[in-house]
Amino acid sequence: MTVKKAIAASLSAASLVLLGGLAFAAGQYGPGATDTEIKIGNTMPYSGPASSYGIIGKADAAYFAMVNEQGGINGRKINFISRDDSYSPPKTVELVRQLVEQDQVLLMFNTLGTPPNVAIHAYLNDNKVPQLFPATGANQWNDPKHFPWTMGWFPNYGIEAHIYANYILKNLPDAKIAVLYQNDDFGKDYLNGLKAGLGAKASQIVATQSYETTDPTVDSQIVALQGSGADVMMTAAIPKFAAQAIRKIYDIGWKPTHLLSSVANSVGTALKPAGLEKAVGIISATYYRDPTDPQWKDTPEYKEWLAFMNNHGLSGSITDSQAVVGYSYAQTMVAVLKMCGDNLTRENIMKQAASMHNLSLPMLLPGITLNTSADDYQPMKQMQLEKFDGTTWKLFGEIMSGT
Amino acid sequence: MNEDAEGAATAGKPLGGSSVTLAGTDSWYIGYRRWLAALALIALAIALPFALSNYHVFELTLVMIYAIAVLGLNILTGYNGQISLGHGSFFAAGAYTAAILMHRYGVPYWATLPAAALICFALGVLFGLPALRFEGPYLALVTLALAVATPQMLKYFDTWTGGQQGINLVKPLPPPGLGLDRDRWLYFVVLAALLIAMRVAANVLHGRSGRALIAIRDHPIAATAMGINAARYKTLAFGTSTLFTGVAGALSAMVIGFVAPESFSLFLSLSFLVGSAIGGIATIGGALVGGLFIEFVPNLANDISDAAPWAIYGLAMLLFMYAMPRGVVGSLGPWLAQLTRYVLENSSRQKMQTEKGRLS
Repeated sequence: MTVKKAIAASLSAASLVLLGGLAFAAGQYGPGATDTEIKIGNTMPYSGPASSYGIIGKADAAYFAMVNEQGGINGRKINFISRDDSYSPPKTVELVRQLVEQDQVLLMFNTLGTPPNVAIHAYLNDNKVPQLFPATGANQWNDPKHFPWTMGWFPNYGIEAHIYANYILKNLPDAKIAVLYQNDDFGKDYLNGLKAGLGAKASQIVATQSYETTDPTVDSQIVALQGSGADVMMTAAIPKFAAQAIRKIYDIGWKPTHLLSSVANSVGTALKPAGLEKAVGIISATYYRDPTDPQWKDTPEYKEWLAFMNNHGLSGSITDSQAVVGYSYAQTMVAVLKMCGDNLTRENIMKQAASMHNLSLPMLLPGITLNTSADDYQPMKQMQLEKFDGTTWKLFGEIMSGT
Repeated sequence: MNEDAEGAATAGKPLGGSSVTLAGTDSWYIGYRRWLAALALIALAIALPFALSNYHVFELTLVMIYAIAVLGLNILTGYNGQISLGHGSFFAAGAYTAAILMHRYGVPYWATLPAAALICFALGVLFGLPALRFEGPYLALVTLALAVATPQMLKYFDTWTGGQQGINLVKPLPPPGLGLDRDRWLYFVVLAALLIAMRVAANVLHGRSGRALIAIRDHPIAATAMGINAARYKTLAFGTSTLFTGVAGALSAMVIGFVAPESFSLFLSLSFLVGSAIGGIATIGGALVGGLFIEFVPNLANDISDAAPWAIYGLAMLLFMYAMPRGVVGSLGPWLAQLTRYVLENSSRQKMQTEKGRLS
């Protein structure tokens, strides 16, 4: 507490001096930042049920290590402290308090998972510590009025559903729409996003069915949805249930235009279990370059990423799209820190994070950029649609945006 | 700790030899010393938060919460021999009782503790009734099923529990005028709960009920033949045990300020059992050691090796069990008691001798 007060006092003293017209050559610093170092805190599920996402933290760490090898940011090395919370919210609270109060990190970056981030949301905002780019798609990270210290990153579920609505309005104006959604916030974010996107045409949703993650199958829901006479189907599900839905739709001979949530568009975990031939023609959306997509193989961006992966002991994960995501998160962080220059106060971090203008990242789809402002804390709002051809996803159409 | 000290003291009496009065002075001495030691420990616990940073105070608060939960498990598993792998579920029930009452009904935080205690006692008794039919590993399996199902059940009743998103709580404010911040205030709230819990546990376990529970554990047929109502005691042991663990859960909801299904995974239940075994499964003081283990060993393991923290955690567990098979307090307690007895006996013998010398 006293340290904090002392820092706050010295900061305000420093700003008074600046106001007085005396310019300092040295930088302005919040906790965790010095002439030589920037301390960044993070928690990740390196163990436990969500440990497959741990690769994001490994890619973050590797990218920061590479930046440090190349001289750091304005001469300052990044000290990235990443701890394992096993996806358990109480552990996250404990570790984040340790990072903020004991390790004195400048900011929290890229904490993974909706529940862990909800658990530290109030704490970080009460203590005015930046909570930047949490790895979760929930809609609540864009609320600068109430939570000015929290900023999301990738297009949230609502935005994605909005993009599907735009596609339907433009290409299938007479569609009769059926929706299968998971009965929780994740599924409801999609359903509500679709309704909002359709606007006056929301009445074209002729049937909705939900499932619980404890249900054994969604077969009866699919049969009920087919019975509604719908010709467009949106599935907001996790991979296991998406696979069941794809298989059942095929088996009963129903042939709707099938829109599938990006959460479940992994070829390995959702489409293969369903049977690749049954997934032909499904439409989904994405924002990054899939590392297994052959069309990127010869681009300089992919080659650079591949070299990065191989040089930092991550060659075992070069087919894992989450490694692309982690790489892009870290690049966003570095871009914001560069924008901050020598003013590394927590206030300025948020100010710069909220001033992203057409920031493009090499492994995002060409044309997708990050933009923020003082009242828009949703950096990414664009995605591109893709269609499954039996072996891979093929991008089609324009980059689309939703709100 | 208490039980073992007492056991050693009574067992030692006939061996004390020289005279009845000497043994009497002895146990009075030990009782007196024990009270002094307890008071010194409490004084230390009260002074400690003023010497530590907020974060360490928060950590110690968690230690005490885990200690209360482990104490609950000790009553059931240690004293009554019923193995539960599902105490995380009752911890969750307590946490959600507090969270729902505070969040939906605006009940003040302190008033949620008796409610959590009552609800978890009722749940424990209800669960204990069918559990009576299961012995040893079968009961462990039934409670394991409960632990595995808990996160999913919490998601299923999402109108009450907030589902996946959980419930965000405003941390309790300290009463004005005390000059304490939130972390230190919660520390004292939890400390008070822990002291009450340990006192209640000591009263229950060192009397008639405690002897009945141990008799059922050690020899159920003989216990029944002696006229002990095994069914009633086993059910009550279950209820009392889950009451303690539920109160710990309610305290954790206040201290963490957030509950979600992911907070109450199977690993939490296993941690309680690990803490209980490491601390000393049929001891009261062992619960504190268990709390320390649950809180600090995973963090230490992570500091030692990022790559394989759980291997180190496992190794620590093995080392503890190998060096102290009856748990830290269970193994060191009798040894300590013997040592104090030896020291006391010698000093009082000397005192007697000098008194005799002065008289003659």
